[in-house]
Amino acid sequence: MVETFYEVMRRQGISRRSFLKYCSLTAAALGLGPEFAGKIAHAMETKPRIPILWLHGLECTCCSESFIRSAHPLAKDVILSMVSLDYDDTIMAAAGTQAEAIIEETIEKYDGNFILAVEGNPPLNQDGMSCIIAGKPFVEQLKHVADHCKAIISWGSCASYGCVQAARPNPTRATPVHKVIHDKPIIKVPGCPPIAEVMTAVVTYILTFERFPELDRQGRPKMFYSQRIHDKCYRRPHFDAGQFVESFDDEGARKGYCLYKVGCKGPTTYNACSTIRWNEGTSFPIQAGHGCIGCSEDGFWDKGSWYARLTDIHEFGIEGNADNVGGTAAAVVGAGIAAHAAVSAVKRAQRKGD
Amino acid sequence: MSSSENAAQLARSEPSVFVYEWPVRLWHWINALGITVLAITGYFIGSPPPTLSGEPSDHYLFGYIRFAHFAAGYIIGVGFLFRLYWSFVGNKNAREIFLHNILRPTYWKELWHEVKWYLFLVDEPKQYDGHNPLAIFVMHWFFVWGIVFMIVTGFALYGEGTGAGSWAHTLFSSWVIPLFGQSMDVHTWHHFGMWLIIVFVMIHVYVAIREDIMSKQSIISSMISGWRNFKDYDSIPKKK
Repeated sequence: MVETFYEVMRRQGISRRSFLKYCSLTAAALGLGPEFAGKIAHAMETKPRIPILWLHGLECTCCSESFIRSAHPLAKDVILSMVSLDYDDTIMAAAGTQAEAIIEETIEKYDGNFILAVEGNPPLNQDGMSCIIAGKPFVEQLKHVADHCKAIISWGSCASYGCVQAARPNPTRATPVHKVIHDKPIIKVPGCPPIAEVMTAVVTYILTFERFPELDRQGRPKMFYSQRIHDKCYRRPHFDAGQFVESFDDEGARKGYCLYKVGCKGPTTYNACSTIRWNEGTSFPIQAGHGCIGCSEDGFWDKGSWYARLTDIHEFGIEGNADNVGGTAAAVVGAGIAAHAAVSAVKRAQRKGD
Repeated sequence: MSSSENAAQLARSEPSVFVYEWPVRLWHWINALGITVLAITGYFIGSPPPTLSGEPSDHYLFGYIRFAHFAAGYIIGVGFLFRLYWSFVGNKNAREIFLHNILRPTYWKELWHEVKWYLFLVDEPKQYDGHNPLAIFVMHWFFVWGIVFMIVTGFALYGEGTGAGSWAHTLFSSWVIPLFGQSMDVHTWHHFGMWLIIVFVMIHVYVAIREDIMSKQSIISSMISGWRNFKDYDSIPKKK
């Protein structure tokens, strides 16, 4: 008999009171009504916990770092015990052959019934040799485990979109998970890293309801990724008033004006930072005086500069933006018009003279 | 082709024709005004004016700039829909920038003639009731599709602000943003679109003034009165 979540939690020393508090918090975090706290508690008490295999491809482990810092200390304990992290090569105790054996054991025991969480992505060039796990290219491990899993969670921007290793010119052809695995449901939880509470909430939702939360067209959970940083930014009144930081350390920066002009990507970034914030709700980049860099958006490394509002355009050989390119085009056309007008005037004068 | 043959071919049997019905003319000038407002406010949205000091509650400058942009965008969008409707119920000149027969062999020949006219290779342009084939080509491919692109990407960006569930988000943002990959690229392309329209307007205004002076038909006054006058009506001997 597989243990239920509740049994695992109790075994971990979590009191029933703490357990129920956790259920209420989770219901609130997921945007569910108060009555769902009871449903979550019921599910936790009766359902066997679903094992999760957590694979690491090309990445920096910032997703794991974020995950283990989930704000409510209680949630951290609960999630870590809830997720029977059967395999997570960066934080598991086992190593080497023993560690790799766990993958096969899980596949055998829970074939088609476990969740595959992927942090990072597989590089496809050079036969995947740029990322080797246990002596084999990561892409092979990923495909093998994905064949047997129930569903996939793409943690972070690496797994969701490619992130830094897929930035131009992407020498290893690092490829997001959904472009390698096509036959399994995939939920994307982008961010570099994603917010800890978002990660734990997604896991809780999936384990509680045994299905994905509602996703948008890009496969992200709507409850965390349907609004932009900008929509809930506490500096928004300065934006509407036209009060901007012109350069870092100017008077506007000291007064906490809007960071739009110094390249804040809040208006184009879908994430929950301005509501949930980071590190137990302490702060988030904009609150710390630096613009959002748009880390949860597709290809954000190539949408720089992070310190200018208009995106750099690389296609024209020199660094430019839409205004440089468009302005140049307009100037060329303007010069052309002037020249054409001059020739027209000469022609007309000639004909009048005839 | 000698100039006398050319002239004979260009002879008109009437001094003027009615070309542009009032909705077409109204649409034209509303567009002119709307595009001016959109380009100026759009530029400021990309590169905001200098910071205002004082309390944020004292100002709403960027809010007004964005409001003007959205309002003008709505007017252009609604105007375009109306104009599309009018292309069905209006006269044949109301239709030509939306639908023209590019398979008609003479179309390309006549277009080429206009190109040569602008390259100073022929002495006379041909006369048309409405647009000449080159003008139709540019109007259709640069202006009509350009403005469609701006309306679609513009309302997609607008829908990001009004949020999921709003009509703009449902109709545009929900598919345009994923199509481009993310919001930033939609912004950049919308910005490029502005420069495309600006380049179009520069050429459009120049050519209209030039044709008004150098060709033998009225251009600018036609978009006010609706009538196209042929200046050489009296000077050309009537053949038919």
